[in-house]
Amino acid sequence: MSQISTASVATGGSAPSGPRRSERTGRLPNWALWACFAGAAVVVGALWPVFDLNIALFVLYTVVLGTLAVYLLTRTTEGSRRATDRLVTCLVVSAFGLAMVPLVSLVWEVVSRGAARLDGEFFSSSLVGIVGEGGGAYHAIMGTLIITALTTLISVPIGLMTAIFLVEYARGRLKRAITFMVDVMTGIPSIVAGLFAYALFAIFLGPGIRLGIMGAIALSVLMIPVVVRSAEEVLKLVPNELREASYALGVPKWRTIVKVVIPTAIAGLGTGVTLAIARVVGETAPLLITLGITNATNVNAFDSRMATLPVYAYYQLTQPGVPPQFATDRAWTAALVLIILVMGLNVVARFISRFFAPKSGR
Amino acid sequence: MSSTRTTPPSPAGTGRSVRRPGDRVFAGTAKGAGILILVILAGVAAFLVVEAVPALTAPAEDIPGDRGLAGYIAPLVFGTLLAAVIALLVATPLAVAIALFIAYYAPRRMAQGLGYLVDLLAAIPSIVYGFWGIFWLAPKLVPFYEWLERRLGFIPLFAGPASTTGRTMLTAGLVLAVMILPIVSAISREVFLQVPSLHREAALALGATRWEMIRMAVLPYGRSGVIGGSMLGLGRALGETMAVAIVLSVSGGITFNLISSGNPSTIAANIALEFPESSGIDINTLIASGLALFVITLAVNMLARAIVNRRADFSGAN
Repeated sequence: MSQISTASVATGGSAPSGPRRSERTGRLPNWALWACFAGAAVVVGALWPVFDLNIALFVLYTVVLGTLAVYLLTRTTEGSRRATDRLVTCLVVSAFGLAMVPLVSLVWEVVSRGAARLDGEFFSSSLVGIVGEGGGAYHAIMGTLIITALTTLISVPIGLMTAIFLVEYARGRLKRAITFMVDVMTGIPSIVAGLFAYALFAIFLGPGIRLGIMGAIALSVLMIPVVVRSAEEVLKLVPNELREASYALGVPKWRTIVKVVIPTAIAGLGTGVTLAIARVVGETAPLLITLGITNATNVNAFDSRMATLPVYAYYQLTQPGVPPQFATDRAWTAALVLIILVMGLNVVARFISRFFAPKSGR
Repeated sequence: MSSTRTTPPSPAGTGRSVRRPGDRVFAGTAKGAGILILVILAGVAAFLVVEAVPALTAPAEDIPGDRGLAGYIAPLVFGTLLAAVIALLVATPLAVAIALFIAYYAPRRMAQGLGYLVDLLAAIPSIVYGFWGIFWLAPKLVPFYEWLERRLGFIPLFAGPASTTGRTMLTAGLVLAVMILPIVSAISREVFLQVPSLHREAALALGATRWEMIRMAVLPYGRSGVIGGSMLGLGRALGETMAVAIVLSVSGGITFNLISSGNPSTIAANIALEFPESSGIDINTLIASGLALFVITLAVNMLARAIVNRRADFSGAN
């Protein structure tokens, strides 16, 4: 990954790269740079037995040594400016490679550990009466679906109407204030949103309260600003000519918005809402303190505790009981299901934006 | 996007001359939703204050730890800031390099896909990062921490004794760094791509290498965007809960020792760990600490937004 084409010229933007390419290959051939990394790999490989390396250290030393070799070679043949340029290229490519390490290792770890319990029982049974082996997350999956649906029901109308207000109606100080507050709201820590929902209900219903709807309200605090931001961006993209054409036909403003603006932007709105759902579906902290956990299936969001997938995963991992193996396996499978859910929503969002995009020429 | 002017005077003019009931209801609903946002934000602050008041007024010995509210929250604030700063120090240079890679180094056809890969890091739920941190990252870092203790033990940061589980402040900071990487790099990338191509082409035409072009044209232009983006990342790192709650092994108070098993907790992680088992004044104390977190992140985010928005005004003028 980190040894990608140091020399392959790929400038960004519209900058023509023709002259630079010929200049570069005219002085140091492409293969010389590759040879530096190959040589580094050979040298480090030869030292493997001496220093008791592992694969991570091997890659690290190879990249460092290869970069150094490229730098010195370029410096002696092409001068220090080109050498610095190559050095930075190597660093930048390595940085990207480094960022891929967590992603790849995380996905690999979750899939390999979580696949063990990805069976029918996991999706069809709850944890009632389960000690040790078996059991599933049916109750938690149902809880997650219900809470997410409730959150969407609360957040999408508020978020969408706010975006319409900001784009179509608002101006002046109120617009600036709302825009700024929405930005600030995106930064509210998820645990604070949970505390807010708890405080809200604790004042009216007494302390120690745990309800599904509390979780939905906490998640809405997190989801509304995401919906507003994405809907606002999309509504701004609707060409003004469409609105003006509609007004010219005598259509009232609100019908213009409902019948012209929103249908034009529907693909973008769908993508934004899907991504917003993907953002809240994996939230753990606010649900941990507003919903708690239970082993039984509870589908009534207005009555007592509810299990959700992230909280389920957390408790299965941290309080596994004895022997811990079975609960830990369930926790990893829950994490895997969660990742599949989030990634699936992301893919759906891309799909929506690609295939339902407006057909205007913009 | 910013160039499209969306609310021209003409529709508002027609709206004022003919006010239909449907228009009035719709406009009112939209305005109501907008104002509701302000109400929610005010409500978050208000309800937290109301529930925190009992802890603020309680005698010191009622607060867990018997050292008063300030004595309870201080180590948590310290832990929160320490973890977030580690994350920021690790993530910012890496994120800038990644943003440069995607904007100017990656082959054009692959750039978007590679950017999407980095954005995927933001999609992974924080609890899964916690799982990854404690099972994959922490054990792998143990030899590294032992090496740090042996070779760099004279620096107070690495005084040790090195944790045998790897669940240290440095590990938590690294996990947080991975988590804020996508947002910092996404905002940096956006700014880097907005650099006027005339600036870049002028630099290249003067014979600059790619790095010199970036140093002279791209980085000065994108600097405030990078600062704003990293502060948004800081805000995110400050409030990150589950990953820290799972990864960090908590005991003891304020210490700069990053690789031992005795670490201060963070505000968010402490709430997640303590809240389910708490009742009475303990809950009020936790809510008071949550209020402190709210104020800190609010300040950081407002500052970040102000910086980012100032850049937006600036680039709009071009």
